[in-house]
Amino acid sequence: MNNKNKLTFHLDVSDFLPAAEEEKQSLAVMRESVSFWRDGLRRFKRNKLAMASFVVIILVLLFAFVGPAVYPYSYEQQIRGSENLAPLEYSAQELARIESGESVFPHFLGTDGHGRDTMVRLMMGSRISLLVGIIASALILVIGSLYGTIAGYFGGRVDMVMMRIVDIIYTVPDILIIILLMVTLKYPMKNLAENVPGFEWINTIGVGLICIFIVFSLLYWVGMARIVRSQILTVKEQEYVTAARALGASHSRIIRKHLLTNVMGTLIVTTTLQIPSAIFTESFLSFLGIGVAAPMPSLGSMAAIAIDGIYTYPYRLLAPAVMISLIILSFNLLGDGLRDAFDPKLKN
Amino acid sequence: MGKYVAKRVLTSILTIWLVATITFLLMYLVPGGPFLAEKAPSAATLEALNKRFGLDQPKIVQYKNYMLNLLKGEMGESIKQRGRMVEDIIFSGFKVSARLGGMAILVAVFIGVPLGCIAAFNRGKWLDNLILFLSTLGIAIPGFVVSTVLMVIFSVKLDLLPTYGLTSFAHYIMPVSALAFYPTAYISRLMRSSMLEVLGQDYIRTARSKGLPQFKMIFKHALRNAILPVVTYLGPLLAYTLTGSVVVEKIFTIPGLGNEFISSIINRDYTMIMGTTIFLATLLIIMNMLVDIAYKIIDPRIKFK
Repeated sequence: MNNKNKLTFHLDVSDFLPAAEEEKQSLAVMRESVSFWRDGLRRFKRNKLAMASFVVIILVLLFAFVGPAVYPYSYEQQIRGSENLAPLEYSAQELARIESGESVFPHFLGTDGHGRDTMVRLMMGSRISLLVGIIASALILVIGSLYGTIAGYFGGRVDMVMMRIVDIIYTVPDILIIILLMVTLKYPMKNLAENVPGFEWINTIGVGLICIFIVFSLLYWVGMARIVRSQILTVKEQEYVTAARALGASHSRIIRKHLLTNVMGTLIVTTTLQIPSAIFTESFLSFLGIGVAAPMPSLGSMAAIAIDGIYTYPYRLLAPAVMISLIILSFNLLGDGLRDAFDPKLKN
Repeated sequence: MGKYVAKRVLTSILTIWLVATITFLLMYLVPGGPFLAEKAPSAATLEALNKRFGLDQPKIVQYKNYMLNLLKGEMGESIKQRGRMVEDIIFSGFKVSARLGGMAILVAVFIGVPLGCIAAFNRGKWLDNLILFLSTLGIAIPGFVVSTVLMVIFSVKLDLLPTYGLTSFAHYIMPVSALAFYPTAYISRLMRSSMLEVLGQDYIRTARSKGLPQFKMIFKHALRNAILPVVTYLGPLLAYTLTGSVVVEKIFTIPGLGNEFISSIINRDYTMIMGTTIFLATLLIIMNMLVDIAYKIIDPRIKFK
């Protein structure tokens, strides 16, 4: 039977016999099926550098958000007589208190010209930087992905008009407009916080911070919108989208359930890489003196103050400089790791 | 090609007009005026000053006048540095900034491109890892940190280089290295990844298998294709070195355009703010356009849309 002519219509009866038990078993899927997320996560966990930077980020988050709560000094507290201390140095008063049996918490990184403890200011500065990075990126994510999805999904004339607007904003020199906007926004925001009821919360967060959030999300969403649009353009041609449309799904359902879930990997990676660039820009603004307002410290403004006394206290620059570089470096590495893990094109 | 250039020029003009209008609006939203800093001017002086700079007219008229003058190529007189025309101030500041920025870009390209190539040719070896590590670090360190660390080491500790001014070659070393630091790191990363991609292409295998010398293969086939992303980056890089130099100019007290821009905002020198913003925006937009056209010349496969 085996060497029969392949072109005949004679059927092989053995092909139609019920499968034996062992044959069935050999076809059973023993391994659990791996979802997109689990697969990405597994690859991410194997990347040592990315995992290390993830741990560093967790540590920095603890340092910035839990640190000030348990630290005995506060960031605006000026300790008279303890000005300009070197790291781990005690002032005469504090030495006297130690003599008399009191325990005095050491200034690990010394104090600044106003007698404020540098360590706790570093914690608060990191907190501001992280807040700026994370919240600004979240805002950019929301605006950019919505805009990009709508442009990509509807296509045609809608897409053309929307992307022309993006092109124009893209060519606007960002640093110039950021500096102008920061200076401009400060006054109306202050006015809003002080005179209009219902906006008092602005003062608790800080006018400078709110301005930074607004300015960043006004300017930087365009990059996100471009990336999301190009992704949506490919995803929307897939069969499952056609199927959903044939079943009568509404536009918003298709966007929410099918398109956005499928570009999620790109969204996460782009947002993670947006965080360090927002932190970079914030430190730059604070360094120029138009970022977060005193007495709230920011890593950039701490560095700026340190530069004024660079000849006498060069070590003061070290802490904020190292901290900024560490935060930006670990977010960059984390973003690279996520991209390697979740971008299907880089799988092998 | 002609149609493409015409379209780009039109969008550019639209963008510049938009930037000018936004700047005009923002400027007048900021409270305070250019004359407040002076020792309590009398009402009569204030009136005379406002009249002299046309600030007594309604905002719409001021806007119209400014735009009409701009079309004639006039940016008016600086309100703070009285007697000097905005064009002259911008020009003298730009000469300094451009020299500094140009040197920084040259340094970045001539160090970054070879570094990226070396890393790509030694993929996975210690040299590649070292270059990758250094360039990742280079991207993470902000410009003001680089500038001040350089200053502490070479001026404060070693007393080798001057900390301010731009009068001799030694004065240029630190600001140029500070400005070139980030782009060098960025370009070497970009060059490495694009070179790796190119080295995996079929035409490189063909070139290798037909026995082309290594040198010729690199320069004729690989480099020419791999350098495209770097060319694209040159546009934004220019934006970075010209506007990012604000920090470097402040630290090294250099009388460049970045410094003028910051001080004009703080002083509410309206004509100077308008002038510098429009000048920088125009420059950047033209540079981006040139980069796109250069792209086409380097890679004939790219079609204009």
